[in-house]
Amino acid sequence: MASTETTAKDRDGGDLAGLEAGLDALETVQTGRKPFRQTFVEKILPPVIAIALVLAVWQALVSFKIVDDPTKLPSPGAVWDVVRDAWLRGDLLGYIWTSVSRGLLGFFFALLIGTPLGLLVARVKFVRAAIGPILSGLQSLPSVAWVPPAVIWLGLNNQMMYAVILLGAVPSIANGLVSGVDQVPPLFLRAGRTLGATGLKGTWHIVLPAALPGYVAGLKQGWAFSWRSLMAAEIIASFPDLGVGLGQLLENGRNASDMAMVFEAILLILTVGIAIDLLIFSPLERWVLRSRGLLVKS
Amino acid sequence: MATTLAKAADGTLAATHAARIEHVSKSFAGPAGQQLVLDDISLDVAPGEFVTLLGASGCGKSTLLNLVAGLDRPSAGTIGTDGRPALMFQEHALFPWLTAGKNIELALKLRGVQKNERRERAEELLELVRLKGAYGKRVHELSGGMRQRVALARAIAQDSRLLLMDEPFAALDAITRDVLHDELTRIWRETRLSVLFVTHNVREAVRLAQRVVLLSSRPGRIAREWTVGIPHPRRIEDTAVAELSVEITEELRGEIRRHGQH
Repeated sequence: MASTETTAKDRDGGDLAGLEAGLDALETVQTGRKPFRQTFVEKILPPVIAIALVLAVWQALVSFKIVDDPTKLPSPGAVWDVVRDAWLRGDLLGYIWTSVSRGLLGFFFALLIGTPLGLLVARVKFVRAAIGPILSGLQSLPSVAWVPPAVIWLGLNNQMMYAVILLGAVPSIANGLVSGVDQVPPLFLRAGRTLGATGLKGTWHIVLPAALPGYVAGLKQGWAFSWRSLMAAEIIASFPDLGVGLGQLLENGRNASDMAMVFEAILLILTVGIAIDLLIFSPLERWVLRSRGLLVKS
Repeated sequence: MATTLAKAADGTLAATHAARIEHVSKSFAGPAGQQLVLDDISLDVAPGEFVTLLGASGCGKSTLLNLVAGLDRPSAGTIGTDGRPALMFQEHALFPWLTAGKNIELALKLRGVQKNERRERAEELLELVRLKGAYGKRVHELSGGMRQRVALARAIAQDSRLLLMDEPFAALDAITRDVLHDELTRIWRETRLSVLFVTHNVREAVRLAQRVVLLSSRPGRIAREWTVGIPHPRRIEDTAVAELSVEITEELRGEIRRHGQH
């Protein structure tokens, strides 16, 4: 009993602070960065091995004459030569830039339209009931389907390509925002209201930041849809005045029955799509999730 | 720190009640028609007073707190508070996209504190809950006890004279909870806030409050009230705390037993 009394006195003096500091230290999780070596072995090595394996199988198919027809399957070396020639002619970056600039500009417009649209659908009951189901239904419509009407409405030009990108990406972006808003924990809304964040203030300070993970997921999907729609549009609307993008390159390869060129175009389309995702959207997503403690480091 | 708090206390001398609950009833539409959750509750909280609302499940104590917070409207009766009360939840309810400091600054911003003052006020409030240096910490980097202290700092940042607490320590481990009881008592005495604290933990109620109000269940009615005269600082294992807890627990059990008799 005597000992309890002394601790009681201690705690009412300055020792409560010490006790609390001890608890804080014990319960705080220490996190550190992984060494580069471990990142290399876990993250970089596996995809490199996978790509090497695919190339090896491809080369084997050609070398051992399992597929003995260069017009059906060119060797990896032949495709590499085509890419290198395009680079040496100075055309390669031009192909990529034509498509990427269209894709990113179209995506930017999709962002400007999709964001307020998503917010309207998420927050206004009537709008949600009216166009919510259509908006999520549109996501399952392949964006290639928009190419014929866009060509008839707008003709074979850049506007038509932007229209196709918009029709492909806007529903994804809007839907991402809607599901982000729907998943905002009600507790945050209550907490926000007691702090005085109601109406527009509540939307700006609570709802939008809380919905950010869903929104970013929507952006990522929106980009994938933009890129796919654009390639479809470029293949169908290959018109010399429009400049040669990656889709036109693919179509030109088909017209020339040049399989190496077709492979070149496919590889470039794939590479650019992955590169944009890796350089822009994945870091954005990781940053959003990590800053909220939602990304578990394995 | 002391200056900001003193200023807040001086600004609202006119009020004679921090909260005045008069004949409040609340019913919700349930599967069996209208269900009465709160029945004719009348309760005053004096400025600077610490009151705990104690009750078993279904006594409507959280409902009552929501009504006082203005998150819901009573079906009958009136509730008056001195300004908008601050509210603290069982979950910390901190915004994970903001740091600890920015969470507090948001509360300051929403009540119109100028940008150049916010940072300093937030640092002061963090110091008040003994989390100096946690300004830039993300919510997930803090322990459960630290999160509740940031939430307390954020609630105090609202500069309200009345702090409503809805079982704020229920999800914490026993040691942390005990420490936070001491902290809350210290902060309550320093800031002279009025506190309306909801709990189902009898010892917690007795350890903290000047007045314990026991609610009966289904519908919630005020069953009994105790004035707790035990001087501060109190400890969870104090004999006086234990004795009063035993008495209140008996009463609470009696209330619960009544429901098994139908």
